[in-house]
Amino acid sequence: MSGGHAMQETHAVEHPHPTAGTYIRVAVILTVLTVLEVGVFYVPVFHPVLVPVLLTLSAVKFAIVVMFYMHLKMDSRFFTFLFGGPLLLAAAVMLGLLFLFGVVALKS
Amino acid sequence: MSHAAQAVPAHYTSMGLNSRKMGFWAFIGSECLLFGTLISTYLVYQGRSVSGPTPSQILNIPVTSISTFDLLMSSLWMVLALAAVQRGDMKWAKVWLLGVAIGGSIFLGFQVYEFTSFVREGLTMQANLFGCTFFILTGTHGAHVTVGVLWMLTLWVRAMQGKLGPEHAMTVEIAGLYWHFVDVIWIVIFTLVYLLHK
Repeated sequence: MSGGHAMQETHAVEHPHPTAGTYIRVAVILTVLTVLEVGVFYVPVFHPVLVPVLLTLSAVKFAIVVMFYMHLKMDSRFFTFLFGGPLLLAAAVMLGLLFLFGVVALKS
Repeated sequence: MSHAAQAVPAHYTSMGLNSRKMGFWAFIGSECLLFGTLISTYLVYQGRSVSGPTPSQILNIPVTSISTFDLLMSSLWMVLALAAVQRGDMKWAKVWLLGVAIGGSIFLGFQVYEFTSFVREGLTMQANLFGCTFFILTGTHGAHVTVGVLWMLTLWVRAMQGKLGPEHAMTVEIAGLYWHFVDVIWIVIFTLVYLLHK
């Protein structure tokens, strides 16, 4: 019984999720960012900075969905570790391969 | 009759975390590596095709922008479905769950349209490196969306049968994690494959 009671105490780490209003505001932000992405793609003046701008917008959208819709912002940090660890590993593998195959290169 | 009688019993780890949720986050982590590999392969071979069609000749950005917006909206409907289940509002939970399934199906419809038009224009798996890596990457993502749509329909049917209630919120939350992961992967694919093509 005491073990069960201890278990009751230990799973009190989950926090309340955002409200429907927050979810809708997040959707509006995601829509605006998507419109910006497509807009930047079509406006020639942005072409010199197309890669950093689009990568930044994409990363912001990614982070917003993960934080608010997947609740990592309010959930246990361990879930962030479970997701972020493999994500960083995947990014490192991707960068390694891009350097290895000469897709991107360091300027000498 | 009672929802509670059929609810999955919650098991918690020694860290006080729901074991199903923790296991699912570990699965999502492994999926990051799968898609990381596929995206890397696409990028490594990007611009190395010796024959056409090339991405700039064939990719349809306006159509894909609409399907991207559709998938983003389905993510909103997913969190609204979860919020409805958590507060016991099963009427709206059914509406949003069906909305997610329909949104996912529309995305798949766009993908079928895109794939068939590409094949008609000469882009197949065998045509060049772009075709091979493009179809494998976007096809794997499409397969994940298909699984997600079937999952949402299963939840919707259970809700219609009265077998889904607030005590099943974790079941819906885990389905939502999967759906949002599919969405974030598309956010990356849309930028790297469609907007930053060579």
